[in-house]
Amino acid sequence: MNRRYLVQRVGFALLGLAALLVVVPILLVVGTIIARGAAAVNWEFLTAMPRDGMKAGGILPAIVGTLLLTLGTALAAIPVGVGGAIYLAEYARDTWLTRLIRLAIINLAGIPSVVYGLFGLGLFVLFLQFGTSILAGSLTLAIMTLPVIISTAEEALRAVPTEFRTVILSLGGTRWQAVRYVVLPQAMPGIITGVILGLLRAAGETAPILFTVAAFYLPRLPRSPFDPTMALPYHLYVISTQVPGMPEEIKYGTALVLLALVLSMNVVATLIRSYYRRRREW
Amino acid sequence: MNDIKIRIENLTYSYGDKVALRDVTMDIPANAITVVFGPAGGGKTTLLRLINRLNDLIEGTRMSGRVLLDGKDIYAPGTDVIDLRRRVGMVFALPLPLPGTIRENVEYGPRLAGIRDPARLEEIVVRSLTQAALWDEVKDRLDTPASALSGGQQQRLCLARSLALEPEVLLLDEPTSGLDPISTGRIEETLFELKQRYTIVLVPHSIQQAARVADYAAFFLMGELVEWQPGDLLFTNPRDRRTEDYITGRFG
Repeated sequence: MNRRYLVQRVGFALLGLAALLVVVPILLVVGTIIARGAAAVNWEFLTAMPRDGMKAGGILPAIVGTLLLTLGTALAAIPVGVGGAIYLAEYARDTWLTRLIRLAIINLAGIPSVVYGLFGLGLFVLFLQFGTSILAGSLTLAIMTLPVIISTAEEALRAVPTEFRTVILSLGGTRWQAVRYVVLPQAMPGIITGVILGLLRAAGETAPILFTVAAFYLPRLPRSPFDPTMALPYHLYVISTQVPGMPEEIKYGTALVLLALVLSMNVVATLIRSYYRRRREW
Repeated sequence: MNDIKIRIENLTYSYGDKVALRDVTMDIPANAITVVFGPAGGGKTTLLRLINRLNDLIEGTRMSGRVLLDGKDIYAPGTDVIDLRRRVGMVFALPLPLPGTIRENVEYGPRLAGIRDPARLEEIVVRSLTQAALWDEVKDRLDTPASALSGGQQQRLCLARSLALEPEVLLLDEPTSGLDPISTGRIEETLFELKQRYTIVLVPHSIQQAARVADYAAFFLMGELVEWQPGDLLFTNPRDRRTEDYITGRFG
């Protein structure tokens, strides 16, 4: 065989192997969790309060807590993040202030999540006296999520051809009308992707909620934004490391529920994105 | 000569260090087609974009001189730029329908201006598409995506989109550059109709087109207005040697 073809074949084989290596851990993780945890997941597990020091019963408060935290994070982070991205992409001129803002965004993205947790503890829990609460936890997660949302949303806005804006201006529209009626709808798939990526990360985080909202054991549902709550990632951490004699399948079952929650959010995001993408015409 | 609609006085414009227009002075008569032509990089597009202030958003530019519309300086402080852009419409080189249906495209301008009455909008859609010589081709599919139209139809749709605002001046920047000869012919015929009611400034996509449609013609070379006069004179008896060289094909 021709030597160059041989080189190509070996090259493709190595690249294929590399691609395969990405898939293997995901399959192993998902496979293991399903295999060991599926038995624990039943109606009671999903809808009941924990009992017997969390060794029996369900994980409802943790599920509800994580959903509420994700919702709170979305409510706080989406308006600020998308608003900031619109400002940076559509209005901001290149001044020292905008450069400072960009620098801040990059650095926010690099801060370890446990530092966000301590920051949230200092600012929201103690200084603003929100206490250990859903409000404090959501805001902490929102700040951690902002850089992801801002940078992906800004990128999506910039990808919309300038000509659309020019056309709207030439038709006697304002810059805001160009953003509102053309740019934003066109950038929506990209913005949604960024928002979901950010929220998924927030939903699975443990460190930022550790000091700001998460309850070790609280077998009731929160009644107000000022209540603490259990949350899936922290609950998983607790039952895996802090409670001796915890049945294996409860740990894996909890992990499975967290995984399913995150993956289903991902699926919803993909559906929304492809819906918007089909309506796009350039 | 017709009334003067637009007067350009000593206009000099630069992007950073690059001078795009150098001390340009010319008149654009009402109800006529003024052709602005010359080799690429001559400042034609810049001139058009200055007439409806589309260059306002570009950073690092410098301008001196005046642009008068009906005798009023459009760069004077307090000028309503949005109102100006409604009076001075623009069609771009690439047909660029906005996302949405044919009808929505035509309705964009009036809607931005706050017109919501369905009967009024319907009337505007019919009138604009008719004026742009597109009505017969699209009247049965107004609610289908504009992106499905052919290039020539899209460009006439863009023309209709500008006409929907009933502007006084139409700026056309190589509106037929991507089109086949038949579509080009249709657009040129449309322009002949439109000049009864509008003042038209056209950057043509060829010298032949310039000669076909020009009531008045202005020849630009590297930011400088070499000469401008009625089209039949300029194309048969140019005053400047450079104009003659360009229109006879010695360079360009």
